[in-house]
Amino acid sequence: MTFMQRAWRHKSFAIGATLVALLILTALLSFVWTPYPAGEIDVPNKLKPMSAAHWLGTDSLGRDVVSMLLVGARYGVAVGLIAVGIGITAGVALGLYAAARRGWIEELIMRSADFTLAFPALLTAIMLTAIYGPGLVTSIVAIGIFNIPEFARITRASANAIWTREYVLASRACGKSRWHITFSHVLPNIANVLIVQATIRFAIAILAEAALSYLGLGTQPPTPSWGRMLNEGQAMMYQAPWLAVWPGLAIVFSVLGLNLMGDGLRDLLDPRLARQR
Amino acid sequence: MRGHRPHRDLIIGIFLLRRFATFVVTLAAASVLVFAALGILPGNAAEVRLGESATPEAIKELSQKLGLDRPASARYLSWVGGMLHGDFGLSVSYDTPVATLIGERLAVTAPLALLAMTLTTVLALALGLYAASRHNQAGDVGVMAASQIGIAVPNFWFAILLILLFAVKLRWFSAGGFPGWDDDPLQALKALILPAVSLAVVQAAILARITRSAVLDVMREDFVRTARAKGLSQRAVLWRHVLRNAFVPVLTVMGLQFANLVTGTIVVENVFSLPGLGRLVFQAINNRDVLLVQGIVMLLAATVIVINFVVDVLYAVIDPRLKVHA
Repeated sequence: MTFMQRAWRHKSFAIGATLVALLILTALLSFVWTPYPAGEIDVPNKLKPMSAAHWLGTDSLGRDVVSMLLVGARYGVAVGLIAVGIGITAGVALGLYAAARRGWIEELIMRSADFTLAFPALLTAIMLTAIYGPGLVTSIVAIGIFNIPEFARITRASANAIWTREYVLASRACGKSRWHITFSHVLPNIANVLIVQATIRFAIAILAEAALSYLGLGTQPPTPSWGRMLNEGQAMMYQAPWLAVWPGLAIVFSVLGLNLMGDGLRDLLDPRLARQR
Repeated sequence: MRGHRPHRDLIIGIFLLRRFATFVVTLAAASVLVFAALGILPGNAAEVRLGESATPEAIKELSQKLGLDRPASARYLSWVGGMLHGDFGLSVSYDTPVATLIGERLAVTAPLALLAMTLTTVLALALGLYAASRHNQAGDVGVMAASQIGIAVPNFWFAILLILLFAVKLRWFSAGGFPGWDDDPLQALKALILPAVSLAVVQAAILARITRSAVLDVMREDFVRTARAKGLSQRAVLWRHVLRNAFVPVLTVMGLQFANLVTGTIVVENVFSLPGLGRLVFQAINNRDVLLVQGIVMLLAATVIVINFVVDVLYAVIDPRLKVHA
């Protein structure tokens, strides 16, 4: 059975991948089409409930909720991708270096990773905001920094396991350098673990971005973001409760999709589980 | 057997000593980072606070008041020295000691965090044990599906949904605010219930999954089979052998979750307009009160570091295999 066939039979993966595909398509669609220009203020039509003209209604400034959700997806995906990109680049490099060098360098890198965990993304964002003011870059950097130790730890642990394998020993006996072994044996063999981790961290990044935007530390007006839509929706809770529902559902489906896809990938990419199938 | 006891105590003693040294170094490093980020990098806090139109004299005066004319190392040492004596400096925007402000707000944040963690633990252990005991049956599948959704729900959105249901629709609770402990302690506690539930339900979703898999892992171990074979009842096996061993991974995750709880509390306090540390730090950011932000961030980071330390110490007490790692 090919990988794709196995993948589509795996329920978690199939549901997760479908939701993730929807999220990405939504984000891409927003570049070419939205029912109304996102952020276009139309006060006479404010707080309209669901209708044929406005599928999910309008907010307190008459902006179309569907259009804002579509464009919000774009920023959620972008923040997730860049923040995970920062985490994976720096974290994997540090983890591989720690595993290749061992000794005090490994100890130093891993203790630094432990230390960084004392500063969750929100605390880093608060510090950055106090200095540079709120904004998209602040939230990306804060979430990115928070991802680095997570990737460093998982890379180092998986890489250490590969370094004890016999084929690595054979390669060392042949006189190959640490860096040659790292890039030709270690990295390809831990790629699966990293893909799974990246999927799950992407989900966490979307949650973190939403929280930061909700608090006003992330994406700034007039750029639409799901977190800020929830903040504005909360203020209109008595007049238009639906405003506080749709952006939340968009976040839940995105995060659920990524988590299910990550769980599915973990099963599918683990050769021990694959053989049992 | 008695001969092993002092040996094990010694190993645990060395482990605790090493862990304590790491704890102190981590705290010191955190204080340097917070000070470097907020005390040095932004330039002159007086300039930032007074804005672009400020006169040089005004900046100089405020700099002297804030002690910014001294070298960074001296400022760092007096900041850390002060904190060790409970003096976090003076808040510029409130003209009140930072420690007093933090103390007042902790009266909301600490009970909220404690209530949320208690709810999380009770809910997660109950659901995790229930799912493990119904492994692969409808109950297990239901708990796992619910927890998968729970993990995907942002706590602040769940908080908004709780307000929509219990405050807007049913009118059982107020939509936010805090009456204070002095006037009516029961009303104050009631004001913390929805925030604590919104924090706990999302955290419990993760912890329930960990509890379930930890219990299932331990139940497959040989010593559990042996305990059953020697005639112990299912309940005795569960309480005496399974839970104690399964508690180690559960405790690890609880420790890690504490960092989430700290940040979650900041967010949820803002949803419910609770006058806790989370609100205070945002007011401090808006007022450009760097020393206040510095104090709160340091306190929150230190809390996470202390909890991680306590969790490691608890391992030594709980985990019978620790001697191998030490």
